[in-house]
Amino acid sequence: MKKMTAVTGNEALAEALRQINPDVCAAYPITPQTDMMQRFSDFVADGLVDTELMLVESEHSAMSACIGASAGGGRVATATSGPGLALMWEMLYVASGMRCPIVMPVINRALSAPLNIHCDHSDAMGARDSGWIQLWSENAQEAYDNLIMAFRIAEHADIRLPVMVCMDGFIISHSLGVMEFLADDVVRKFVGDFTPQDALLDIGRPVSYGPLIVTDQYHEYKKAQNDIMSSVFDVAADVATAFENISGRHYGLFETYKLEDAEIGIVVLNSAAGTCKDMIDEAREDGVKIGLLKPRLFRPFPYGPIGDALEHLKVICVLDRSDSFGAFAPLFSEIAASLYPRANRPFLINRIYGLGGRDFMPEHVASVINEMIEITGHKTTVLPKKYISLRQ
Amino acid sequence: MKTKLINQSNCRPVITEPGNSALLKTGTWRTLEPVLNKEHCINCLLCWLYCPDMSVIVRDGKVEGFDMDYCKGCGICALECHGKKGEKAILMRKEEKE
Amino acid sequence: MTTSLKLKDLSKKEMLLAPGHRMCQGCGAAIVVKMVLLAIDKPVVACSPTGCLEVTTCISDYTAWKIPWIHSAFENAAATMAGVETMYRALKKRGKISQDISFVVFAGDGGTYDIGLQSLSGAMERGHDMLYICYDNGAYMNTGTQRSGATPFGASTTTSPAGSSVPGKMQHRKDITRIMAAHNIPYVAQASPSHHLDLMRKIQKAMSISGPKFINILSPCHRGWRSKSDDAIALSRLAVNTCYWPLFEMDNGKTQLTHTPKEKLPLKDFLRPQGRFAHLFRPENEWIIEQSQTQIDADWNAMIGAGAGASGVIEE
Ligand code: SF4
Ligand code: SF4
Repeated sequence: MKKMTAVTGNEALAEALRQINPDVCAAYPITPQTDMMQRFSDFVADGLVDTELMLVESEHSAMSACIGASAGGGRVATATSGPGLALMWEMLYVASGMRCPIVMPVINRALSAPLNIHCDHSDAMGARDSGWIQLWSENAQEAYDNLIMAFRIAEHADIRLPVMVCMDGFIISHSLGVMEFLADDVVRKFVGDFTPQDALLDIGRPVSYGPLIVTDQYHEYKKAQNDIMSSVFDVAADVATAFENISGRHYGLFETYKLEDAEIGIVVLNSAAGTCKDMIDEAREDGVKIGLLKPRLFRPFPYGPIGDALEHLKVICVLDRSDSFGAFAPLFSEIAASLYPRANRPFLINRIYGLGGRDFMPEHVASVINEMIEITGHKTTVLPKKYISLRQ
Repeated sequence: MKTKLINQSNCRPVITEPGNSALLKTGTWRTLEPVLNKEHCINCLLCWLYCPDMSVIVRDGKVEGFDMDYCKGCGICALECHGKKGEKAILMRKEEKE
Repeated sequence: MTTSLKLKDLSKKEMLLAPGHRMCQGCGAAIVVKMVLLAIDKPVVACSPTGCLEVTTCISDYTAWKIPWIHSAFENAAATMAGVETMYRALKKRGKISQDISFVVFAGDGGTYDIGLQSLSGAMERGHDMLYICYDNGAYMNTGTQRSGATPFGASTTTSPAGSSVPGKMQHRKDITRIMAAHNIPYVAQASPSHHLDLMRKIQKAMSISGPKFINILSPCHRGWRSKSDDAIALSRLAVNTCYWPLFEMDNGKTQLTHTPKEKLPLKDFLRPQGRFAHLFRPENEWIIEQSQTQIDADWNAMIGAGAGASGVIEE
């Protein structure tokens, strides 16, 4: 019998961190991540974990401390949101360049200005080129599962790179959802012991971390980082298989929904996929051949397999919850790049939704589906990039 | 100095040979060189302490000379040397380069 | 047992900073680091922010450090070291480390007074067990002598050049030692490499105290100060003897001078050998020297008036 529990996304992630009991956590409060680290602080206060919790004076210092702690030679986690991730930006590159396997839930939040505390994906998308692995999660269950898998991926001997686990702020972080927890001992066994590499605290073997590298090596160094990222696909797949063995839950690099026989499709990240799936079910009842693809691993991006999964479609709408002003939004650009080398290129449109927590409702999905049906019928010329659910 | 070629397997910002900067001979930077006159030396070891480049050689508490592999010829040792009876034990002179 | 500070004994110790580093000839910072490492007799891990010391001591594939050392960025040495120190406590608690290890930061004035101040303040407030050393050369020397919060009043730098209408930097230095003391940390001090016994004694004292410690050490830079390559020690001695750079410590809040110059010299003696102050000796700028002298006298008298007079003058 599965034991299902109703929890918020933040509760689920705090629970995963309790089970994993990292050596060091450094964090700074920011909405909507705050309540997750508060819960973790309770675990520390009550002795449920013996993690050294550093409550630092900024996110920049949180990431700096995580880098120091990770180089020191132990398991490290932190968490942040929106502007907090933006403040870390410089140090994100340092963490990946220094091969620090730090794990960080990102509770997605919009960026200022104007100030807004609600969900969109501008934060994590802004960090997509920082050399971090990114796992995206539709709901609390996926976020919990991804977070547990993240440690195995980050700390894998061939990888040793930091991982972000993205989950929608408020929509998931603060809403109750039903999910299943794994037992503490199962999680601990799955994650295993941390294996240090070149630990700074190994006083008998002094190492120097963070040299200046000039033009004779920097270029190759960055290519090497790219090569390491390319080996994440296999590792992430292996970890997912191992995870399926302990949980019964299957994870690919992306999820497809009713896509095999579809003619039109939606590509979307995180929680909005739930609403889209419901509407796809309705449209299917009306005979519309529609499906969905939801990337889970956004960095590195599995262009080939995603291209394979999408190339048979006639029209695809890529829904982005972040923007690139005066350009196509980030997810759209990746999907376009996945399909460009194909003989058959589906017609692509980019629709921006839900910025700063704007509700994404079933009728918005319906309008997108209708638009795709129209395009399939008449091959009308449409604006490739549009904003949906704009106030009129 | 030729640096190593970076690839996927050694892409780590870590140097694991402590103090291997000793392979870099900074003595080539020098234009002036210190010259020791042991007769005037009282072995106060201030020159040894103040040398920024670890280039004053001391054995058993006595100054033996300079490590010309690293000495950059700054002249601190000479300026700070009190020597004996007002006679400095270190003087700087223009180096004859071959 | 702490190491004897007799030079004969110290000369037998292994030097933990190797030669072959790329600091400029005659660099004060190299002397400071050398003295600090000589005085420490415990296993130590060091951290430096981006800066002269960092780029010159660790260029791939070479390091001058014989102790574990880390650099991550410019504004965060204290946070980075705090992370290492916290991991040390975590691993010690979990039985994965058994040795006692100490933690030392070597940061320049830019990384301390200015861009690194928030991270430093946070680390001091949280009480991490570390000694934070600022090697203060009074400007952003690594990038070519731009003015910093530590640059003295009137100094000409590349971003506060002495021009025909503005005679150099028109602001006074930030009082970083007092800012650190206001964190109520157990030990704060100021030292100079010219007074090496005083400097090394302060290091040993700091290392014997657990919790956050801060020592500001004058670190002449002849490139930025526009002086001579051999005068790092001579200038730092003049800085002490003019009372520009008083030697003192604040032990649990109590300020104590650790050295009183036999004869307090005029500030001009410290300024004259330095090209960065050359313009101050023109008649129209003499008010700057006068104002600086007045300030130094007032600070010095205030320190003596507050009962901080030197207890035991250490003969150098
Ligand atoms: S400073 Fe001069 S007197 Fe003292 S040890 Fe060196 S050479 Fe000898
Ligand atoms: S000239 Fe400078 S580098 Fe050479 S031995 Fe003297 S102090 Fe050291």
